[in-house]
Amino acid sequence: MLQFIVRRLIVAVLVAATVMTLAFVLTRLSGDLAISIAGPNATQADVEAVRKAYGLDRPLITQFFNWVGNALSGDLGDSYFFKARVSSLIAERMPVTLTLGLSGLVIALVVSLPLGILAAVRENTAVDRAVQLVTLLGQAMPSFWLGLLLMITLGLQLGWLPISGTGSWEHYVMPGIVLAFSAIPALTRLTRAGMIQAMGSDYIRTARAKGLSRASILLKHALRNAAIPVVAIAAVQLGFMLGGSIVIEQVFALHGVGFLAWESIGKNDFPVVQAVVLVLAVIYVALTMLADLMNAVLDPRLRGP
Amino acid sequence: MIVAAVTAGPERGWRSVSTWIGALIVGATAICAVFAPLLVPHDPFAQDLGKRLLVPFWMEGNNPDYILGTDQLGRDYLSRLIWGCRISMLIGVTVTIVSALIGITIGVLGGFLGGRVDDAVLFAITTRLSIPVVLVALAVVGLLGSSMTLLVITLGLLLWDRFAVVARSTTMQVRNLDFVAAAWCAGCSRFRILSREVLPNIASHLVVVATLEIALAILLEATLSFLGLGVPPPLPSWGLMIAEAKDYMFFSPWVIVIPGVALFVLVLGVNLLGDGLRDLFGARNDP
Repeated sequence: MLQFIVRRLIVAVLVAATVMTLAFVLTRLSGDLAISIAGPNATQADVEAVRKAYGLDRPLITQFFNWVGNALSGDLGDSYFFKARVSSLIAERMPVTLTLGLSGLVIALVVSLPLGILAAVRENTAVDRAVQLVTLLGQAMPSFWLGLLLMITLGLQLGWLPISGTGSWEHYVMPGIVLAFSAIPALTRLTRAGMIQAMGSDYIRTARAKGLSRASILLKHALRNAAIPVVAIAAVQLGFMLGGSIVIEQVFALHGVGFLAWESIGKNDFPVVQAVVLVLAVIYVALTMLADLMNAVLDPRLRGP
Repeated sequence: MIVAAVTAGPERGWRSVSTWIGALIVGATAICAVFAPLLVPHDPFAQDLGKRLLVPFWMEGNNPDYILGTDQLGRDYLSRLIWGCRISMLIGVTVTIVSALIGITIGVLGGFLGGRVDDAVLFAITTRLSIPVVLVALAVVGLLGSSMTLLVITLGLLLWDRFAVVARSTTMQVRNLDFVAAAWCAGCSRFRILSREVLPNIASHLVVVATLEIALAILLEATLSFLGLGVPPPLPSWGLMIAEAKDYMFFSPWVIVIPGVALFVLVLGVNLLGDGLRDLFGARNDP
């Protein structure tokens, strides 16, 4: 078990290091950063001043190791635009994104677990096909468009929910629903497949033979086994959702990390952009590792050699 | 032909119908894309500020010349919608070609060679999955300026993971089959075995992945264009049409409903077709 954890940890660190390098290269793609920061009307002297001030006159390799060294000690640099530390900017905005991601995940689980169980119990009936149709529709739904439609219907016409902003929990309902849509198809399919597999296994036959009630068989025996992969994938989905929340934050004007990144891209604020890419990637890596560990703890067969 | 071969059983009826619906949607969109210049009733780029935001045919006070109405600059909505098929289909197909080339190469090499190479391939896939796609694509386009070519390359470089995963696992299965061993014994070169024995046998799985990727690429293009960092205006990308119409949506909701429905229906069609193909090839394990 310890060996398994250590191996996963090494891979996680390597992935984080690679993403760091990629994020650094990404922001240098445009060529001379100093020119883009100084703006279109800057003189040669202005550009030189910017280059000195931000340390862009040093060789790329020095800049890279400086950035890595600082990042390891928790210092992600200074924002060009906000005149603040990148780490504090991200820390300030992270609660909004996390709240959004978690509410999306909760809504997704509340919808897809019952749907998946229902489809599995009624396999190959009209109910099953209806559930499959729902997952197909969810897969094809453009999230930004669904967001706008909800704003028009639930927000404006019915007046049930606020259209944008972050004042209260009600502000997270619509964005949460939209974000959940991206995870519902995968989670529903996985629950259905897991339940069908569990229902066909020997221990369910034994439970049936013992004369246990249908509800007890379904919820206590089958669901518990089918839930293992679902819980693991849910953690991975949360990682995807945090990365994808940039669109939803923009639609609903939620000032989270995604919104920060979107603003920063528009303002050529590279330290913020590369830091957000790095932070989201590290969160994703941590969540997938958590998922693997959960799987290994719950199902010893997966620990491998 | 597709219908006849779909798997037997109680699902058969519904499956074949849904596959046909998918094929119909994709086919119609492809025809619109290819013949767009002949099909558009008006010039999709011509502005006429005297005819701004005309309502579509189902609402009172519509102008029969403009079946789906006009946008905020007086451009014919139906013409822009038809022209938009070109952009969606073009991006969907080209992005999938780029990502297929990358993903299949990496996946087949990892699955075929195994060992260290395969470790490297798995690592590349893990790293790729940890990168937030929309954010990185936005950053690249924001830094380098929006153009169709850049968009295709960026998305192609970001979406190869599913190709690699499926190519790798299917190659591993095929590698150990008897006919591959026979080819080794007959003295075939590695390249010959890869191109003549392995690739044809994993092709059906890759076609299914390709349909899923086309759908994903179309959705991502629309998302990026909606955020203003995708296809440059005045090209009528459906995502861009929704973004431009957003300011008017509370007074005239149809301005975002029309391009959104087009996008939704096309992606649904591609996915239905993909599901049908998956059944056709008898590989019913979800990727």
